Amino acid sequence: VIDILKFRLGYGRQTVAFPDGPPRFPERFRGRPALDTDRCAIDCIACADACPTEAVLDAGLMTMRIDLGRCTFCGDCASACAPGAIRFTNDHRLSARSRDALAASGDEPILAPALREEVRRVFRRSLKLRQVSAAGCNGCEAELNASGNIQFDAGRFGIQFVASPRHADGIVVTGPVSENMRVALLKTWEAVPPPRIVIAVGACAISGGPFRGSPAVCGGAESALGGIPVDLYVPGCPPHPITFLDGMLRLLGRMR
Amino acid sequence: VTVATEPLQDRRSGSDDVVETWNGEPVDAAAVPVLPIERFRRVVLDVLGAGGRLSAMLARPEGDRLLVTAVLADDPEGKLALLSTLVGASYPSLSAEAPSAQAFEREIAEQWGVVPEGHPWLKPLRFERPLRAGPDAFGRKDPRATIPGEYPFFAVEGEEVHEVAVGPVHAGIIEPGHFRFQCHGEKVFHLEIVLGYQHRGIETMLRGGPDRRSLALAESIAGDTSVGHALAYVRALESLSGHMATARAIALRGVALELERLANHVGDLGMLANDVGFLPTASYCGALRADFLNALAEICGSRFGRGLLAPGGVKFDLGAEGARALSARVRASWEKVRAAAGLMYEAPSVRARFEGTGTVSRDDAIAIGLVGPAARACGVDRDVRRDHAFGIYRFVHLPVVLAESGDVFARTWIRVLECERSVEFVVSQLENLPEGPIRTELAPLAPRQIVVSMVEGWRGEIAHVAVTDERGRFERYKVKDPSFHNWLGLALALRDGQISDFPLCNKSFNLSYAGHDL
Repeated sequence: VIDILKFRLGYGRQTVAFPDGPPRFPERFRGRPALDTDRCAIDCIACADACPTEAVLDAGLMTMRIDLGRCTFCGDCASACAPGAIRFTNDHRLSARSRDALAASGDEPILAPALREEVRRVFRRSLKLRQVSAAGCNGCEAELNASGNIQFDAGRFGIQFVASPRHADGIVVTGPVSENMRVALLKTWEAVPPPRIVIAVGACAISGGPFRGSPAVCGGAESALGGIPVDLYVPGCPPHPITFLDGMLRLLGRMR
Repeated sequence: VTVATEPLQDRRSGSDDVVETWNGEPVDAAAVPVLPIERFRRVVLDVLGAGGRLSAMLARPEGDRLLVTAVLADDPEGKLALLSTLVGASYPSLSAEAPSAQAFEREIAEQWGVVPEGHPWLKPLRFERPLRAGPDAFGRKDPRATIPGEYPFFAVEGEEVHEVAVGPVHAGIIEPGHFRFQCHGEKVFHLEIVLGYQHRGIETMLRGGPDRRSLALAESIAGDTSVGHALAYVRALESLSGHMATARAIALRGVALELERLANHVGDLGMLANDVGFLPTASYCGALRADFLNALAEICGSRFGRGLLAPGGVKFDLGAEGARALSARVRASWEKVRAAAGLMYEAPSVRARFEGTGTVSRDDAIAIGLVGPAARACGVDRDVRRDHAFGIYRFVHLPVVLAESGDVFARTWIRVLECERSVEFVVSQLENLPEGPIRTELAPLAPRQIVVSMVEGWRGEIAHVAVTDERGRFERYKVKDPSFHNWLGLALALRDGQISDFPLCNKSFNLSYAGHDL
């Protein structure tokens, strides 16, 4: 026991400064892409040709956008763009409340608005979530696990993953939702008592990601849940734990 | 137990039963001998009986029949042997005599409706849609409508026997799978594992490629093994185009693969500590895992190494300064891990929980074809990095670590020792990166070839088998994750154990659901 305590004393505080201080990312971290369509060469759609998930919308036009709901943040579009019209910033704030708001254009930050007041008041200081991995590759799952470890410590905001949907205030869906998981996902959702929320984490759960179009998957949480609205989309492949925390804190109105 | 040194030797001399190749060496698809089924079975069973290993088995249609190809590995010699047979509606199964074929034969039965007669456990494998019209191998009315778990489970009857069902949605943040236990009190008679919930249709999507989506798919086969599967994929492409990755590229790939191993092994040590309630190691290793993920992100921007690999090389380079700094960080992080893991091994309460729990015998491990740390924990000496050396491992050898006891303790201890070797490797590579370009152009893929691309991922042997058509596109792209072999090992580990030990045993294997289900 003495050895354990000595080790503990030498170990110091592990929790990240975020949200009180700025988050730290490696230099090459790819966050929100910034677009400068003025630089686009005429008739050039090299970015769209390089994209594995058809995330570049209106390529080569002034209205060009990158759908963060499809983007895997691989950076291939930026590498393919000789004039440098696409650049990945290190802005980790990516979450949105509507599918349309996920279309990144220009260099505008994406900031999710909070839940409506009645719901927000209930969940503000304690939000218990049931995670449903529905054909997620274990990338998003790993980062959600990390969001609860001593570094990112979602628990300090009252955000916790619980073992039963009966104890939960909402579900967090990862993966494109395979046909084989659709029933289990629906049953889990039905078991959560209202008021309840749905959070879609990762490109797969938002749009199907690289699996979009495969007959074996539903193409994301929204189409699998058939009409049940998604309250928060957290883009990434997988999203960084800080991106997830940022989205959650904004959803709960604890960060503006 | 002695392993014959050259199990393929007698097949080679004077017989045309197999075509020989090795890891990453394409052969003419037409050169793979097509044997009558009886001869095919004889050769496969003989090779397995002599210490060879079934690395992969795949099928593709040929007219109204099915061309089944087996990939046999001779680990001591570093050789592979390919052989095929044509089957109709049914064929005599291999699995009764060679249990390591059981999942492959179920996969083929499910995809193509071919019945392996005499298969001791003929049940759907991942409940995927059949790849051609025709009768269902399992006699289901509508295979498209069934989902995992809709089938008769193995049941034990008796007055005090009870059944426990867990999943597909689990208590933690875990991928979906269903576990059905037949118990007598606490004692587990039998565990049946039902998978398939994660099926996304990856192999079907890869067919006709390579295209711009293929690499993203390879990186998502198992998200915790992005580097491992992406490496197997780009190496398959490179060997089909006769391309040699540069020295600097293969060194950086090796660093990334070992960092992935480190991150996962360290995370597992934390989770194992958590499952026996030893929280200091659980907390520290959980956080220290991030050091290795962040090291990957320093190289390529993604904590999972996504976007690093490309056919023809790697997309990101490291400057001399960056490489030195990274090497120092990895070493410093490892010192912390060693101390944090040490706390756990010094605690008698932890050792008491680890030792003798979830034991798999060496004979069983060989029979079912375990791979990776799970096999090495049973004293089965196999590691693709040495046996079928690829890339940087042809020049730099990592000592293979073995344990004997085959229990949870062995499976955790192996991870510590493997981490140690990986850290040495990463540090020395980063301090001596070869000069030169990191990426060169790839030529088009050669038509009508078959290639086996193997990588030792952190769970064990990854094997991708690519077959190209007359235009150099993928006619068939077979993916085998190490979990494909190892899930049966978990089921065996629980036999006669306590049901309350399941979480611990499960974590000691930590297998991929997505990698199995594809």
